[in-house]
Amino acid sequence: MPSRRILITGLSTYWGGRLAKALESDPRVEVIVGVDNEEPSVELERTEYVKVGTQHALLRRVVQAAEIDTVVDTRLVIDSATTSSRKAHENNVIGTMNILAACSGADSCVRKLVFKSSTHFYGSEQDDPAFFDETMGRPHPPRTPIERDILEAESAVAEFTDTSPRATVTILRFANVLGPDVRTSHTGMFSLPAVPMILGFDPRYQFVHEDDVVHALEHVTQHALPGVFNVAADGVLALSEVAGLLGKPYAPVLPPWGTELAASALRRLGLAIPPEMLAQLRFGRGVDNRRLKAAGFVYGRTSRETVIALGEHMRLHPLLRSGAEPYRYEREVEEFLRRSPNVRSAGVEEMAAGLSLEQVGELRRLLAAYDSARAVDDEHRDGAVETAEPLEEPPAPVQRYDALTAAEVIPLLGSLERDDLLALREYEAGRRDRRTVLAAIDGALARRDASERPPAA
Amino acid sequence: MAESARTPLSPRERRSSNQGAQSRLAVLADEDLRDHLSAVEPARTLTDWGRSERVEGLMDRTLVEFLYRYWFRAEVEGIDNVPSAGGALLVSNHSGALPPDATMIGKAIREEHRRPRPLNITVEHFFKGYPGFSTLLPKIGCVAAHPANVHRLLYDEDQLVLVFPEGRKGTEKLYKDRYRLRRFGRGGFVEAAMRARVPIVPVCVVGAEEAAPVFAQLGLLRRLTGLLYVPLTPTFPHLGPLGMLSYLPAKFKLRFLEPIVFDDPEAHSDKSLVQSTAHEVRARIQENLFEMVSKRESVWLG
Repeated sequence: MPSRRILITGLSTYWGGRLAKALESDPRVEVIVGVDNEEPSVELERTEYVKVGTQHALLRRVVQAAEIDTVVDTRLVIDSATTSSRKAHENNVIGTMNILAACSGADSCVRKLVFKSSTHFYGSEQDDPAFFDETMGRPHPPRTPIERDILEAESAVAEFTDTSPRATVTILRFANVLGPDVRTSHTGMFSLPAVPMILGFDPRYQFVHEDDVVHALEHVTQHALPGVFNVAADGVLALSEVAGLLGKPYAPVLPPWGTELAASALRRLGLAIPPEMLAQLRFGRGVDNRRLKAAGFVYGRTSRETVIALGEHMRLHPLLRSGAEPYRYEREVEEFLRRSPNVRSAGVEEMAAGLSLEQVGELRRLLAAYDSARAVDDEHRDGAVETAEPLEEPPAPVQRYDALTAAEVIPLLGSLERDDLLALREYEAGRRDRRTVLAAIDGALARRDASERPPAA
Repeated sequence: MAESARTPLSPRERRSSNQGAQSRLAVLADEDLRDHLSAVEPARTLTDWGRSERVEGLMDRTLVEFLYRYWFRAEVEGIDNVPSAGGALLVSNHSGALPPDATMIGKAIREEHRRPRPLNITVEHFFKGYPGFSTLLPKIGCVAAHPANVHRLLYDEDQLVLVFPEGRKGTEKLYKDRYRLRRFGRGGFVEAAMRARVPIVPVCVVGAEEAAPVFAQLGLLRRLTGLLYVPLTPTFPHLGPLGMLSYLPAKFKLRFLEPIVFDDPEAHSDKSLVQSTAHEVRARIQENLFEMVSKRESVWLG
């Protein structure tokens, strides 16, 4: 069952915002609700922001009222440098519990839960396997507060899985994320003039690009993939190799013994190396990413390409650092754009901010019907040349259908009627027979059938 | 130096034991993911295991070449028993401080085999935690002796893996006990081969015991340095750390024995079969070692 009514927790975080943006452009998604106690940090078009923390009673009301079928939890803090450990615990453990409570219960409408976790789950120890796969638990008890939080949060999700048999639960464990926009302790470390290392250690590192993180979240939201998946790009690099790819020297500034002491001295000097990163700098970590690949996900970049992309961005960054005012959420403006009857859409091709999806669909239908009527006239005037085609004319209402690429066709499907969809399917199967388009049409048909049927009691 | 049997949980047991709470989140144990291995990136000089073409090649052309050809004058028998395709688990006797036997076996396969293949040498987890070793060993083809690592190399990546089932007990043993095999762990190496459905190739090495004889173990120095063991050899520790590398020029003889093949894919769950196979492998290596030593006329000339 594809997700149509989605709730994203942690909308103000980098991942929440990126995911909401990505889902907005998908016409199969009817409703996106984002909750957080802080305001969104990116400009969103049709996502509805609800300012609510993780109080489960309020969340539950939001979930039930909007008939949410999918909850994507992007809120987990996995970098202890970003916040205090008390706040991280509050967010990671208590927050997860509350969100799960809001989704559970026999009468809950939630059919899918996607939980964003981290490969910090596995830790980083001397006797680790070279590649952790999803079946391996953590071989040693957690050493740092953040790892303890991640383990607790995941075990809460596992418990939810066992008590809510109707929900599909997916946990994604992400490796260290790099990219031009995301800020982590590791991007901080790599932007130093030299890459710090522990003397005598060259740990193995696996990364994932920020775009792949968003795509992976999207992928599991749109497919039914129960279980745990590691998300890490192909290729495990040695840290010295990473330094080489970034074009920087590496500096073994941390002594192999008394590393914690040296790290706390560096912390005074303003170089924050959180404890979980210190373990990684010593022993490194590799994970087996094959399970998600077997589930149909395709990574855009390998670890090496991710690092190279970061290096290129860091060289360009000082030149670009001017201009653009950061986005600020203004409640009244957003309300006006979404609700006011006076807002007109700029162009129907764009997903208009002021119109609901149904209204846009209606407009599109009218316009398309008008266009196709004209197209039929044109064809009559030209004389029927294309008699060899299995169907004489492209079925209404998609005009100049043959000139459109699959990527252009798919967003239009949401606005078509059932009969039009059937006709279009026949037409496509007879001519270009593109699998992606056919699958998208089938999906649109299935959704239409489901929405026409009265909701099950 | 190495031993695959020490680490207590095999991958299969791990699946069942500590994922109890995650029953519905668990993964199919036998999902075959071999088609989804990452592609090799030609621009890289390191593999995903951290093995470095550059460092290994450099060592191979200089130090290892010198030791193999001129210092130890290695002589190889039965190299065709190493399969030229697919995974195989090589099992050898083990001896000497900073043992030269593993590198010599690897070099023999590169030099004499009709299809030279890289050899993955399993080492104790200890080395991953010791500065210096931690950087160098993966670069020259050593991997930690974790059952999951061995399985991935043998089953998923079709590689050659060398294990020393004697492990530390082999390298710690003194000169007076030479060529007498220690206990072969708990048979974990047999289980690994059976699970991965690859043959076991027993290997006998004669000469390593005399090249780096150990007269005593220095307990105090071991505790001070935090190393696994600190042996007393003809050159170590009085000549400093380099004394570790100064081997005596004993003649090396390597013999690769007939592979042992397993037909039944479920054989690894039969504990008694695992144990008896481990005993058999040990007996065959021991028997051949005694024969090779008895035929040897001189320690130095062979």
